[in-house]
Amino acid sequence: MTSIKTKSAYSIPSKQGKFDTHIIVVWVDNETGVLARVVGLFSGRGYNIESLTVAEIDPKLNISRITIVTTGSPQVIEQIKLQLKKLVPVHKVADFMRGDKKIIFKEMALLKVVGNNLKREKAFKACKKYNAVILDKTNKSIVIQITALRREIDQMTKNLKKYGLKSISRTGAVAMTRGSKVFH
Amino acid sequence: MSKLYSGAEIVFKCLEDQKVDIIFGYPGGAVLPIYDELKNHQSIKHILVRHEQGAGHAAEGYARSTGKPGIFLVTSGPGATNAVTALTDAYMDSVPLVCISGQVPTHLIGTDAFQECDTTGITRPCTKHNWLVKDIKDLSKIIHKAFEVATTGRPGPVLVDIPKDIQFQKTKYSKYTKQKKLNGKIYNQYTQREIDELIKLMNKASKPIFYTGGGVINSGPKASELLRDLVSLTGFPITSTLQGLGSYPGNDNQFLGMLGMHGTYEANNAMYECDLMINIGARFDDRITGKLDEFSPKSKKVHIDIDPSSINKNVKVDLPIVGDVSKVISSTIKTIKKTKPNFEKSNKQKISKWWEKIQKWRLVKSLDFINSTETIKPQYAIQRLYELTKNKDAYITTEVGQHQMWAAQHYIFDKPNRLMTSGGLGTMGYGLPAAVGVQVAHPNKLVIDIAGEASVLMTMQEMSTAVQYSLPIKIFILNNEYMGMVRQWQELLHDKNYSESYTAALPDFVKLAEAYGCVGFRAETPEELDDKIIDMINTDQPVIFDCKVDKEENCFPMIPSGKPHNQMLLGPKDQKEKKITGKGKTLV
Repeated sequence: MTSIKTKSAYSIPSKQGKFDTHIIVVWVDNETGVLARVVGLFSGRGYNIESLTVAEIDPKLNISRITIVTTGSPQVIEQIKLQLKKLVPVHKVADFMRGDKKIIFKEMALLKVVGNNLKREKAFKACKKYNAVILDKTNKSIVIQITALRREIDQMTKNLKKYGLKSISRTGAVAMTRGSKVFH
Repeated sequence: MSKLYSGAEIVFKCLEDQKVDIIFGYPGGAVLPIYDELKNHQSIKHILVRHEQGAGHAAEGYARSTGKPGIFLVTSGPGATNAVTALTDAYMDSVPLVCISGQVPTHLIGTDAFQECDTTGITRPCTKHNWLVKDIKDLSKIIHKAFEVATTGRPGPVLVDIPKDIQFQKTKYSKYTKQKKLNGKIYNQYTQREIDELIKLMNKASKPIFYTGGGVINSGPKASELLRDLVSLTGFPITSTLQGLGSYPGNDNQFLGMLGMHGTYEANNAMYECDLMINIGARFDDRITGKLDEFSPKSKKVHIDIDPSSINKNVKVDLPIVGDVSKVISSTIKTIKKTKPNFEKSNKQKISKWWEKIQKWRLVKSLDFINSTETIKPQYAIQRLYELTKNKDAYITTEVGQHQMWAAQHYIFDKPNRLMTSGGLGTMGYGLPAAVGVQVAHPNKLVIDIAGEASVLMTMQEMSTAVQYSLPIKIFILNNEYMGMVRQWQELLHDKNYSESYTAALPDFVKLAEAYGCVGFRAETPEELDDKIIDMINTDQPVIFDCKVDKEENCFPMIPSGKPHNQMLLGPKDQKEKKITGKGKTLV
């Protein structure tokens, strides 16, 4: 409980607003330390990172695209964008809510299932609706690749336990607009 | 083929092209090639400090008193880590600094070499940007870019880390021509529509106030002039943050004094009661706003700032105007004159009730204190210092604590760039080296560090620098033997448990001055104060002035943390007269 007679040198924290999940896409110069700058900004200012994906997308111009999934009040999300834009190697920043229908989000996961034939088959069948591909197969195990939304993968990792799911490796989210439009 | 230059030569070529005349620094293994090159560049004077933190603060003092970037040069490892406090200080207070640091040779990076540290890693969160130069071909480009980043947009510190082998390598250098078009990080995006909207709000307001900050000073001397025009054109009251003091004349009738935790009664109450707040180049810092939920509850808020990320960071505003202060004010004045030529007259009546209210608050005289004939009251000391120096265009630096607030309350500034103080980071030990930097930039001006005895001991070694370069800085110590602000908080908030805030073994400051080869004065009674201050002013050497003040004086008025502006604690005089002691205490 926060006492009213605070002895802190700082003010009492104001009430926190509603938190939303946002996906923030950042185009940066692919140079040393750029990821540390972005991540350091988040940790230094107490922002959240749910997942983070980064790779070079334009080797000629040396541009990397960073996709960050974060949660925060509208005010915090606005600050994140403005603070990111201030970084010297940042070219542009795009942001949208996770529920945005105009945007495609995907995460990829590799799932290793160890078990008998029946279990392996059932596991693969369960994955089918998520663009399942078998990347490796032995008579004891399979490695399945799926691409789906975060919560779908969360669900799959629960569901597959009973079929002998032994190992999970997953990426963060990547995002792209639907249709001919591109991010600005 | 054009001539080849070594990395060290290129550093100086760049500094020359950037018109740098002074650098502060301290040599060491990893910057020796640069120091070796120093002798070939007569136009650049190097000031040898005693600690790299001092170099950084001196560069800040130089920068803040001139409006030009401050440059300092440090070695790798401890040289760079010692610079961190100054860099962070400059980052918080938006001071343009360029720090050049040496680094171990490229092939040793990552091997835990002697005096190696991850300088760019350590300074990343306390600079606007930093660079590790890995290729000699990038060096000149990076240094010029560093100047650009430091001085454009919201100013701030940058760091360029140069490995020793790069300093020896050779390459071509092409002369730098400053480009008019600056990078995409500059924001001057405001539109005429926003200006029109602002004027509409001004026109409607019956209880308006200007709340101005360091952004006005950072925008250049023109901005301060324009601010005066705007304030006189509108007839609105104006209050200023600590960093903005001097941008508007402190003794003008429209000026309500500083606002915030130790601001005046009239300024804080006006902020609380106003119906239109126009923030110009300030950032709604927590020492200004007090309790956020109850910050100026009835006002429309306008925020003029060059940094878009300052908008809506702490306080949600109704009209943000992103742009350079002087340009925004200039557009505003032009538009008022064009569209509302009678603004001045029509407005005067509208806000006359507001001024009446403000006059009532003024009558509280919240800066008053109970003077004494036996001991020197710290406020009295500052008042005397002001009276005896006000016609000398003095430059004032401060340390951090009670004396800093008293200086802000009782020393009156009427020009920009005259007060150098660590507001954001609150760095004890800032004032003395900052005074060194100011005096280097203004050799013939009177430069005074209003200090506390605890703060000044943190960077006291820089007296040696002042003596070496014959910089006649005046260190005016309000000596109460306590860390005064700590003691005050302990008295008000921690049941008078003065835990570790008393310094039991202070040096004899007069003898200390003599030991450094400068002059010491001591004043112990109010009677002798004036003469001693005059002696100090007339001494053309560095001075340490030990002003023994009342040990238990508190700095009032005060908004206790977590309280809104209208719940101020007033001084003992007021408490005695109005008998609000009990109520005052429960407010804490």
